[in-house]
Amino acid sequence: MTEFSADPPVPPGSTRVRPEAIRAVPLRHPWRWVSAVLVLIVLGAVVDTFATSSLHWSVVGQYIFDARILQAAVVTLYLTAIAMVVGVGLGILLAVMRLSPNRVMAWVSWLYIWFFRGTPVLVQIFFWWNINTILPYLSIGIPFTHVMVQASTNTLITPLLAAILGLGLNEAAYMAEIVRAGIISVDQGQTEAAHALGMRRSLVMRRIVLPQAMRVIVPPTGNETISMLKTTSLASIATVHELFFVQQDISNFNYRIIELVIVASVWYLAMSSVLTVFQYYIERHFARGSVRGLPPTPIQRLRRMLFQFHAAPPFGSAAEPGVEPWLPPTMPHSGM
Amino acid sequence: MATPMVRAEAVHKNFGRNEVLRGIDIEVAPREVMCIIGPSGSGKSTFLRCINHLEKIDAGRLWVDGELVGYREHGGRLHELPDREVCHKRSEIGMVFQGFNLFPHMTALENVIEAPIKVKKEAAAVATERGRALLDRVGLGDRLDAHPRQLSGGQQQRVAIARALAMQPKLMLFDEPTSALDPELVGDVLNVMRDLAHEGMTMIVVTHEMGFAREVGDSLVFMDSGVIVEAGNPRDVIGNPQEQRTKDFLSKVL
Ligand SMILES: Nc1ncnc2c1ncn2[C@@H]1O[C@H](COP(=O)(O)OP(=O)(O)OP(=O)(O)O)[C@@H](O)[C@H]1O
Ligand SMILES: [Mg+2]
Repeated sequence: MTEFSADPPVPPGSTRVRPEAIRAVPLRHPWRWVSAVLVLIVLGAVVDTFATSSLHWSVVGQYIFDARILQAAVVTLYLTAIAMVVGVGLGILLAVMRLSPNRVMAWVSWLYIWFFRGTPVLVQIFFWWNINTILPYLSIGIPFTHVMVQASTNTLITPLLAAILGLGLNEAAYMAEIVRAGIISVDQGQTEAAHALGMRRSLVMRRIVLPQAMRVIVPPTGNETISMLKTTSLASIATVHELFFVQQDISNFNYRIIELVIVASVWYLAMSSVLTVFQYYIERHFARGSVRGLPPTPIQRLRRMLFQFHAAPPFGSAAEPGVEPWLPPTMPHSGM
Repeated sequence: MATPMVRAEAVHKNFGRNEVLRGIDIEVAPREVMCIIGPSGSGKSTFLRCINHLEKIDAGRLWVDGELVGYREHGGRLHELPDREVCHKRSEIGMVFQGFNLFPHMTALENVIEAPIKVKKEAAAVATERGRALLDRVGLGDRLDAHPRQLSGGQQQRVAIARALAMQPKLMLFDEPTSALDPELVGDVLNVMRDLAHEGMTMIVVTHEMGFAREVGDSLVFMDSGVIVEAGNPRDVIGNPQEQRTKDFLSKVL
């Protein structure tokens, strides 16, 4: 669909009559048909295999909205959210430390990333879950005095906290690298201009560099979030009642192992699909200023399609509210 | 005589073993417009960046408005200024870059009011009022909500000038403000700068616009490989250069 918002100037001597629309013989694409047939055959084989197995879809249907499963899905989401908040927050801090002129800070950050990225997250969750075996009490106090607060590790480190520590601290190491890449991607001239205006380092980071780094940071962070959604299943080792733990709990009684795994998978898939949609809109939000006009969202495209379908808009009035107009590369400059 | 706005005494700067400034002496009076010309790599940008302490000088002394740049003299020794004071001094000096360096995630108006609000702690309403007036003055009163990428180079550079002026600086530094512009956009930017000069702003302008230097500049400095080769009245330096290096350079740019 091509639209012109304004008619181009007509050079003298040319006519305004629109030539006949092009009607060419379309190119044939035989391989598209061949691949479609192949895909159908494979799909048929897979469906047939499942249909002739002793898989009970009714069991899947019976458990998919089971209260325990629903609650577990909520725990999974909740755990994902908290672990990501910890990961992103600590990750930003670590990235800024890593790039700080303070050598001690940079070194501490390096060491953290080295350690937490170098050990498996399952091992880390397991470590926090069992820390009470070496530290029965945790205390905070002023060194060399008797002023302190003490608590039993067992009551302090709940299954959920062990999982949050394991997942969040591990995630921070990965997020630190993502944020660092984002910060480095921002043009040096931006920092320079901000400093020239008298802005302090922390202000420059907060107001100028990080907002621009977002464009680079957000897409991989979306991936990390979706990945985290599935990694939370490892929290089952700390007996957190998330999706994987609960489906296993149920199948331990009824032995419908595959059926319950399918139930859990359906929920994982549904939740990651929702996150994918969120990711799309968040990325679009942070693309502001870096592209001249944003592409329409699927909903805007749908609306435009329907609008077109019902009544073709009059020529030149198709600009739709909510869509930023695309601006030509050089604006006619206004007189002084 | 009034305190010079900028005074440089034997300013030296090296990047590693590369000596970029090798003894710069300069005096810029209040309300003076000084233009700096010179071949690429002669240290013009570096010198401007030293004036607002984006670079540290290695030897010599540099004063802005009677105060040492970046240091305090105390008990016969120089002490580095804390970050807070360096930033405060920078906030009184406006700088305009060859590449504009506008903040792309902010609109023109947001670019202009950011520093007054966040650095000078001005009330948003006051800053916005002045921001609008400044953008209007540089001819962009109708593009307040445009993002930098939606503006032409000339428009972006005028926003950048408004952004620097919003801090109400006592000195403006321009580093080749028109070098990245298409020829037909240069005029708008130079007009803004000419007005600013007529209003009495103290300006140091690195430029290759000889017409501007001759017409607006009170003094002209020709720099080559880190030293000042020739300085004086722009008409004299351009019309009747004394040094061979100046003659060679001028024959190339004129
Ligand atoms: N941050 C830096 N680190 C190392 N060397 C630098 C740095 N900045 C500038 N230089 C060097 O200093 C010399 C002078 O650079 P400067 O940018 O001041 O020149 P200039 O006169 O502004 O040139 P141009 O007209 O090309 O802008 C050059 O040789 C450059 O390579
Ligand atoms: Mg330069």
